Amino acid sequence: MKGHWQHFEHGADIGVRGLGASPAAAFEQAALALMAVIVEPGRVAARDAVAIACEAADIESLLVGWLNALVYQMTVRHLLFARFDVAIDGLQLRATAAGEPLSIERHQPAVEVKGATFTALRVAQREDGMWLAQTVVDV
Amino acid sequence: MDRSKLLERGPCHWELPASGKMRVPVLIYASNTLLRAMDDKALEQAVNVATLPGIVGASYVMPDAHWGYGFPIGGVAAFDAEAGGVVSAGGVGFDVSCGVRCLHTGLRREQILAVQKPLAEALYTQIPAGLGSTGAIRLGAAQMDAMLSGGAKWAVGRGWGTDADLERIEEHGQMLHAKPGMVSEQAKKRQREEMGTLGSGNHYLEVQEVTQLFDSAIAESYGLKLGDAVVMIHCGSRGLGHQIGTDFLSRMVAAAPGYGLTLPERELACAPIHSELGKEYLGAMRAAINCALANRQILTHLVRQVFARLLPTAQLPLLYDVSHNTCKLEEHRIQGHLRQLYVHRKGATRAFGPGHPELPEALRAAGQPVLIGGSMGTGSYVLAGAATSEALAFASACHGAGRAMSRHAATKLWQGRDVVDELAGRGILIRSPSPRGIAEEAPGAYKDVTAVVNAAQAAGLARKVARLAPLICIKG
Repeated sequence: MKGHWQHFEHGADIGVRGLGASPAAAFEQAALALMAVIVEPGRVAARDAVAIACEAADIESLLVGWLNALVYQMTVRHLLFARFDVAIDGLQLRATAAGEPLSIERHQPAVEVKGATFTALRVAQREDGMWLAQTVVDV
Repeated sequence: MDRSKLLERGPCHWELPASGKMRVPVLIYASNTLLRAMDDKALEQAVNVATLPGIVGASYVMPDAHWGYGFPIGGVAAFDAEAGGVVSAGGVGFDVSCGVRCLHTGLRREQILAVQKPLAEALYTQIPAGLGSTGAIRLGAAQMDAMLSGGAKWAVGRGWGTDADLERIEEHGQMLHAKPGMVSEQAKKRQREEMGTLGSGNHYLEVQEVTQLFDSAIAESYGLKLGDAVVMIHCGSRGLGHQIGTDFLSRMVAAAPGYGLTLPERELACAPIHSELGKEYLGAMRAAINCALANRQILTHLVRQVFARLLPTAQLPLLYDVSHNTCKLEEHRIQGHLRQLYVHRKGATRAFGPGHPELPEALRAAGQPVLIGGSMGTGSYVLAGAATSEALAFASACHGAGRAMSRHAATKLWQGRDVVDELAGRGILIRSPSPRGIAEEAPGAYKDVTAVVNAAQAAGLARKVARLAPLICIKG
């Protein structure tokens, strides 16, 4: 099965879920799900690349750290991202996130994400072999 | 919600007695209808809060409660530091000190309607709203720390308001014992361009009219008359507060086992108030409260500038400013004894009753204004803290309508453009950079705010004073 992303419901906020052949692929898809909370998919070009590195005490905290690193980079660099390339070695993540400067007029962002939470947080391999990486983000 | 285990204690007042690991009961303030609609997760989380060390009284659930992060949104819990009490980043939330402020205008609705469109355009142009919008004020490192220590008082010192504003803000506009040194560089960097911005999501700036009075004596002491126009601002501590929430949530999750805390869910992560991490969080969280107060003060200044240009006779004194995501050290009387308690209000408003010494003299007899934001199509309420709210929930009340459906479900039902047109047909002008944002915030996506405030009144948390309806809404 091809990697893909989904949103799931959480009261006032939104759950982001990535599915992929490896944890790294699932993290890439979860990042796409995060972006789709903010802006309609397909509106952002993958022009400028940013390097991101983070680590955590366990794989689930690593997902929270990864999504929070993206939120932080988007805010301070005024970027939106469109493409992600993630490598996970143990509990260390290295990635590039490619995107372009935010244009309010062109991108019409819907909502800003305040941060990734530990609610409904799960990183696990499903019975069909696909890896799932999900959590709720606060908007 | 499954009500089979709840005992009815009074009007809109339910108890789940302590059992198992619960140290205190859960008390829920809601009507039958609100209780039926409340998700089971809200009760489950309130039960989890009731197991935390040092909790005093009960784990309280407000009428607008729903599933949150560790704590329910609409949850109130007080902790005694001397009894091993804890402070929780999830119990405050990501948007530290998110709140509502209400400004008088001294104008009548007709005067607003005469300039409704140019006023909407001018406010939309002058108030930075939505993702990616930036403020005109840039703070260097020393100024950032001064802002984080000084709050709205710092902003007034810079010329963005008057001393009279300060007495109408909780903590008189400045949260004491803030520690800017405990705020991460990332948090400060996120805030660098966000002073004086509204944010997005459910944040807004509205011009509203008073459409109904419920308690004419209190309304008079608040200076509210039928047909008066007011400005309501709902926003919080912006990127700085969000990053503090992010930083400390992760740190508390990692540190919890070391404190011997076994938590039913990770997000309930907390630290003993007397621990280093607990003290660091309190210092940073108080700095974020000051950031929110300064931010709402700067937005107030921008609003006043717009009114001065279009409606030069208008004066915009502050009615009041409340925060609904906080943890504050307060003195409360329990069984005749005064105790110092750290009161978490996550999606809940402080509601001091009549005579409280913290209130400015002009408001003391009536009780604290409790400002309740509704959706952009329905309206908002001004309540007054009731004398009974102290004994019921450490002087707390509800904070808003609460969502009735997810953002995703809302965008399936509504288009932003249609919502704008429909509301324009009802005389409400919406201005926003984001059509999808408007669809996600459509009035139908929210619960009935009237049911929430009616329950708060029936339970004795607060008294209804006035209902307000929007004329102009600037949405992030």
